[in-house]
Amino acid sequence: MDASQRPQLDKKKADINYILKEAPREQHFITGAQAMAEAVKRANVDMAIAYPITPQSEVMHLVGDIYAQGHIKEYYRAEEELGTMSAIAGAARAGVRLFTATSGPGLLRGLEAIVSWSGHRVPAVLGILTRVVNAPLSIQPDNIEMAYMMHCGAVMLHAENQQDTFDYTLAAFAITEKVDVYIPVAVATEGFFVTHAKGYVDMTADDICLNDFDPVAAPVPAMDNETPPARIQRDAPVQKSNFMSYLIHSVWQQEIWDSNKRAMKYIYEYLGGPIEVQNPEADVFVLGSGCAAAQCREAHRYAQEDGLSVGFVKVKAIRPFPTQEIRDALKNAKAVIVPEHNIIGWLCKEVKAAIPNGGIVVEGPRVYGGMTLPVELIMKEIHTALGLEYDLKL
Amino acid sequence: MSLKYITPAERFKKYLPKDYVELVDYGPFGKTQDEAGPGNMGQFKELMEEHPMCSGCWMAYYIRLIFASLPQPEETVTLGTAGCGRLAISQAAVPFIYGNYGDQNAMASGLTRAFRLRFPDKHKDVITIAGDGGTMDIGFSMTMHSWIRGEKFTTIMLDNEVYGNTGGQESGMSPKGAILKMAPLGKKGEKMPATDLAKAAGCVYTVRMSPTNIKKAAKIIRRAIFVAREVGPTFIHAYTSCNIEYSIPTEDVFADAKEKEKTRFQFEEYMTDEAKAVIERVEAEEKAAKRAKKAEVV
Ligand code: SF4
Repeated sequence: MDASQRPQLDKKKADINYILKEAPREQHFITGAQAMAEAVKRANVDMAIAYPITPQSEVMHLVGDIYAQGHIKEYYRAEEELGTMSAIAGAARAGVRLFTATSGPGLLRGLEAIVSWSGHRVPAVLGILTRVVNAPLSIQPDNIEMAYMMHCGAVMLHAENQQDTFDYTLAAFAITEKVDVYIPVAVATEGFFVTHAKGYVDMTADDICLNDFDPVAAPVPAMDNETPPARIQRDAPVQKSNFMSYLIHSVWQQEIWDSNKRAMKYIYEYLGGPIEVQNPEADVFVLGSGCAAAQCREAHRYAQEDGLSVGFVKVKAIRPFPTQEIRDALKNAKAVIVPEHNIIGWLCKEVKAAIPNGGIVVEGPRVYGGMTLPVELIMKEIHTALGLEYDLKL
Repeated sequence: MSLKYITPAERFKKYLPKDYVELVDYGPFGKTQDEAGPGNMGQFKELMEEHPMCSGCWMAYYIRLIFASLPQPEETVTLGTAGCGRLAISQAAVPFIYGNYGDQNAMASGLTRAFRLRFPDKHKDVITIAGDGGTMDIGFSMTMHSWIRGEKFTTIMLDNEVYGNTGGQESGMSPKGAILKMAPLGKKGEKMPATDLAKAAGCVYTVRMSPTNIKKAAKIIRRAIFVAREVGPTFIHAYTSCNIEYSIPTEDVFADAKEKEKTRFQFEEYMTDEAKAVIERVEAEEKAAKRAKKAEVV
């Protein structure tokens, strides 16, 4: 049976604002992988393409299940990640709503296609369930692959927990389809720690879904020969001369990164802004994204109990990077501790570059290869920054 | 709908580029093969006219032939990859998607399925046109898997038996013993059995040929497209010499293509019963339409 002949579920279609902000919610105790799939279920996705790089997460299995239930119109397992990511790029040209997810080595295998999505104006949502990339290999979480993703033009959100994973994934569909954005949105969260662990997620009912994808509302028309204005050679490289080719590449790339910046207003609209700040008057800040943000939050709570002058910043958007917001939040800080789940400290580098006094940034603590990040390590850094003794017991 | 869309309003015609108006008036959009097919190449406006490929490139000739043979150019999307061929394909008056290295069949899988979702009542023809490197080397896995999955589109391999665009390196499709860049002592392995692989992977219609006969080549291209619409993946393996890398003087290009027809590119056509039924039906319909038109004229 052709995908178009499969019976469709009778769902109520709604605007993203209603779904994210007004629709009644019910609490569920589910894994992060389930939370992402549940968001996909409510996003009225036309097509999902899967490649099984388990066991980082079961997101694409669950998406397959919801396809079988009729929430998605078309779904298949592709040959490998490059094939998956290329097929997403192909399907996008026909004007449909798309989702796929991957992690670690899978993301790198598909990266050649992924890095061209933005330039091709592919409005797809990509789940990244982070996992070790570098040797010696492990199947545990480590978010170093996010560093490779950061320079491809895509909008990147980093979810702290299961609830974020649900909300960010739904919001991602709305952001990617805005006519002034129209570049892919990646929603990352930690493999295992979030994807395999259960948490409370307030979810809307699953008989309400996002309005249909509108291929006409796009800055570049679909390649369907139906959508005016006609654009015969949508993606052909410009061959007129090297000079023209360089020029068009640079103009186009600038536009992609401007589109990325324009996503910020929707991050405010749907996620309440790119950062969350607590105790803004503090001397020392702990700043993190994803799972590290959860540990920072915990350290911040301990510090409050101990009466220490410690603030907390959670970074929700990695791209566009909230440079100004972070600068404002840290303007009176004497030290900023940036714990991370990767060895190179990509977030730390971004924060250092964002603030005028980068020397106040404490690099780490960092864990990688699947280790958990003990709050005590962060507490030790807090105490050191405040000039206090701390008896680290792990 | 799309045909109407490309047709300019009468009163605007005089403001549009002459080339465009001529293409719509005399080109193959919305016309039958008899009206504007390859038999009339040169006489009527074509979908592809100028091209930036080497003078005498046999691949450029065959690409023109593909475009002139399309059953419905107004509903066709082509996909390609890096290589000489895409220089020409991207200049044709049919939508072209240029993806990443060798991923044309993976992109076409997504595109074809998405087209079927959005336009369940229409035939939207999807064709990948890539070289031997893109189809059988770097894109091998994606080519094979699109066939194994039974994706309904046509794959055309422009086999010039070399990486022409990157300067003449051996490819999997180069013949054994050929001395080429990266094969300084001659190619060690055999030429890959492309049509055998296609059959084994589930292509329902495959042809290997040296397209020296325009009419026959056009018929094959159309057959492949008609079958892909209804039955499953189809594959054309065509010899399109690289006269630069194989040092074939321009005036000898045709003779070389004729020669290859006797050896590595002997004509071979394979079809499943289901594919055969589609071909017979479509060709009978075309014949009947032609007869009816003749009768009308008389
Ligand atoms: S290099 Fe070879 S294949 Fe490429 S355009 Fe020239 S003759 Fe044709």
